[in-house]
Amino acid sequence: MRIGLFVPCYVDAFEPEVGIATLELLERFGLTVEYPYDQTCCGQPMTNTGCHGEAAATEALFVKNFSGFDYVVAPSGSCVHQVREHLTAIPQTDEVKAVRSKTYELVEFLHDVLRIEALPWAAFPHKVAYHSNCNALRGIGHARPTELNRPFFSKPLSLLKKVKGLEIVDLTRPDECCGFGGTFSVFEPAVSAKMGYDKVTDQARAGAAYVVSADSSCLMHQKGCAERLGVPLKYIHIAQVLNGAAA
Amino acid sequence: MSADDLTPRRTGDVLHREVRAPSDESERGPGGERLQHAEAASKPIRADAPREPQPRGARVRGNRPIDQAEAAERFLAAPMHQKAHDERLWDVRRKRDVAAHGIPEWEELRELASRIKTHTLTHLDRYLEQFEAAAEANGVHVHWAEDGAAHNRIVLDILKRHGARSLVKSKSMLTEECGFRHFMAAHDIDVIETDLGERIQQLDEEEPSHVVMPAVHKTRLDVADVFARTLGTDPDNDDAHYLAESQRETTRPLILKADAGLTGCNFAIAETGTVVTCTNEGNADLSGNVPPLQIHSIGIEKLLPRVEHLGVFIRLLSRSALGSPITQYTSHFRKPRTGSEMHFVLVDNGRSERLAMEEFWTSLKCIRCGACMNTCPVYRRSGGLSYGATYSGPIGLIIDPTFDKRKYSTLPFSSTMNGSCTNVCPVKINIHEQIFAWRRVLAEEHRIPLLKQGMMKAAGAVLSRPAAYRAAIQTADSALRVLPRFAVYNPANTWGKKREMPHAPRQSFHAWYRQNRMKKETDA
Ligand code: SF4
Repeated sequence: MRIGLFVPCYVDAFEPEVGIATLELLERFGLTVEYPYDQTCCGQPMTNTGCHGEAAATEALFVKNFSGFDYVVAPSGSCVHQVREHLTAIPQTDEVKAVRSKTYELVEFLHDVLRIEALPWAAFPHKVAYHSNCNALRGIGHARPTELNRPFFSKPLSLLKKVKGLEIVDLTRPDECCGFGGTFSVFEPAVSAKMGYDKVTDQARAGAAYVVSADSSCLMHQKGCAERLGVPLKYIHIAQVLNGAAA
Repeated sequence: MSADDLTPRRTGDVLHREVRAPSDESERGPGGERLQHAEAASKPIRADAPREPQPRGARVRGNRPIDQAEAAERFLAAPMHQKAHDERLWDVRRKRDVAAHGIPEWEELRELASRIKTHTLTHLDRYLEQFEAAAEANGVHVHWAEDGAAHNRIVLDILKRHGARSLVKSKSMLTEECGFRHFMAAHDIDVIETDLGERIQQLDEEEPSHVVMPAVHKTRLDVADVFARTLGTDPDNDDAHYLAESQRETTRPLILKADAGLTGCNFAIAETGTVVTCTNEGNADLSGNVPPLQIHSIGIEKLLPRVEHLGVFIRLLSRSALGSPITQYTSHFRKPRTGSEMHFVLVDNGRSERLAMEEFWTSLKCIRCGACMNTCPVYRRSGGLSYGATYSGPIGLIIDPTFDKRKYSTLPFSSTMNGSCTNVCPVKINIHEQIFAWRRVLAEEHRIPLLKQGMMKAAGAVLSRPAAYRAAIQTADSALRVLPRFAVYNPANTWGKKREMPHAPRQSFHAWYRQNRMKKETDA
């Protein structure tokens, strides 16, 4: 099985340890993971702003880098959502379609494809608030959102349950958006930051020591808010926890 | 697909569980507490708290683009208002969840409602004609209005013919859309709102900020201020019952002597020519039944084929809107009373044009329950008036640009596209996907700021060239400087104003990989 690792631009520049943890974690399962060195981004910043034409060349580069793999795996729900649902600025050749359908977010890859049963190396004896990124939750179906009258399930929580000592705390607004919203955080900073403050306050009120998420961008926004508010919460990506980060 | 295929499934049980259970006189929250009507359940503001002036909505200047973000920032700068607004609407959203999760067939109902609407909208001409014929057979005068101005003229003509000088009105977003109140004021017709929230807004000379709770952005002290100013009540008494009673006492006489009554329409039944309205205060009954002249303003998208389809929507509407099993009054208007006259005004006002828009026509399914607003995290923190439009929140973001692409060009960007609106929508409108689609349409038509498009062009240029990208983020420091081009974008650094900047790591993943893995590969 050929696995292509996609490390989104945010992760590359700001959270390299998330990329490293993803790579190491996949290798722990005996997989050979390749990292196409010429990769950059999935095109989301442009598409999210309506500028599909401006995203075309970046999309083409993505497809060029990742065609030929059996699976493409990325530690980011929102980038995978972009690739799967919105990578449409270039002609939809068979190659493009294949890449789009084979791109998986890390949690769903572990849960749905590898169907992992245990993470013997992982221990995280802390109170954790899980943050569901909206694109992962409602866009690619990580879990049952609270709005829908369907049976409960959560792929990230079922993975975190396999981590020794980890305790999940309940938020009062478990799947409300944190306000990052891609370019929204930059163009509408007042509402975005207020949403972030409210999210961080909810996490602190729930008694969490750590916030875990499958998306670095939400974490980066929330961390920025927590630091500004002086709330001593720590933020860590799920790849790191599952890979056995000691905190 | 014919209307026959859309018959609601009949189960053996006629009465639903919650109606049957003898001890369960009303729905209960998770803690076992009785769920109250949302309008009555909001907490009073402490009398000793300093008064905070109510923030006003967006500044509307002709059809110049609305600056929703600026108005939202002003709303956020009034923390008492923002907090009360957010908590009140979140509470309604929570009650909606309890109500929706209490019905096992909820998702099936949503699917059925969506399909009934699809069927009706794709055969709209047929159902409109059927509705008109049935209404006329019932002795109702039917009028057709191409736009808001035509609607207002038609109503004015009817009033003039009867020498009517005053009109009581039961909340109708359609008439807001038509600028009805202002038009009638200019023609010396007194329009009196009968819905409490709408009356508050009328007395304060403001538009409604929410389709179900028009004054939800006001605190009780704001209402006390408005009533003290306009009705002469005690400005320091913000007791809800006192305020509601004062309003009722001053409005009832106006209702009793009104020359005409006008209501909106929640559903129009093609088969019977009936107009159905749902209210919690019974005010549609007052407006429809008290005055001798009765008018109903109907958006053409409100049609349903048959009475049997109505139950699906009645079950969804109030649960989605307020979390209550049903609205207090569901009124059916069919024939004029003896000695009175009844008029239906069927209004297009851009609807048939919207029906032809491939990506946006399903927005016509909307039954105006407001659930998408209540769940929208941006709406709850911005206030409905920040959108500067009749329809605010998620549904507003997708239908406002169909009224005026320039004026409302910024609205589809006032969203994080988190998708919660789509999930709560009882008729399954893919709201967040339409927001996404509008952004593309607006960018293609160059209706987004040049600066924004320029930044996206620059970001696309860097991100599509690996060498340029690598050079740009080679060192952590330069990543922080250059990444702003696609992460933080703005030279004024709007990120840093309210949030700490991400800390620059020692090296990027690229650099780590080159150092730790590629070396090994070449060594091997
Ligand atoms: S779009 Fe859907 S959720 Fe929003 S008001 Fe209309 S029917 Fe209700």
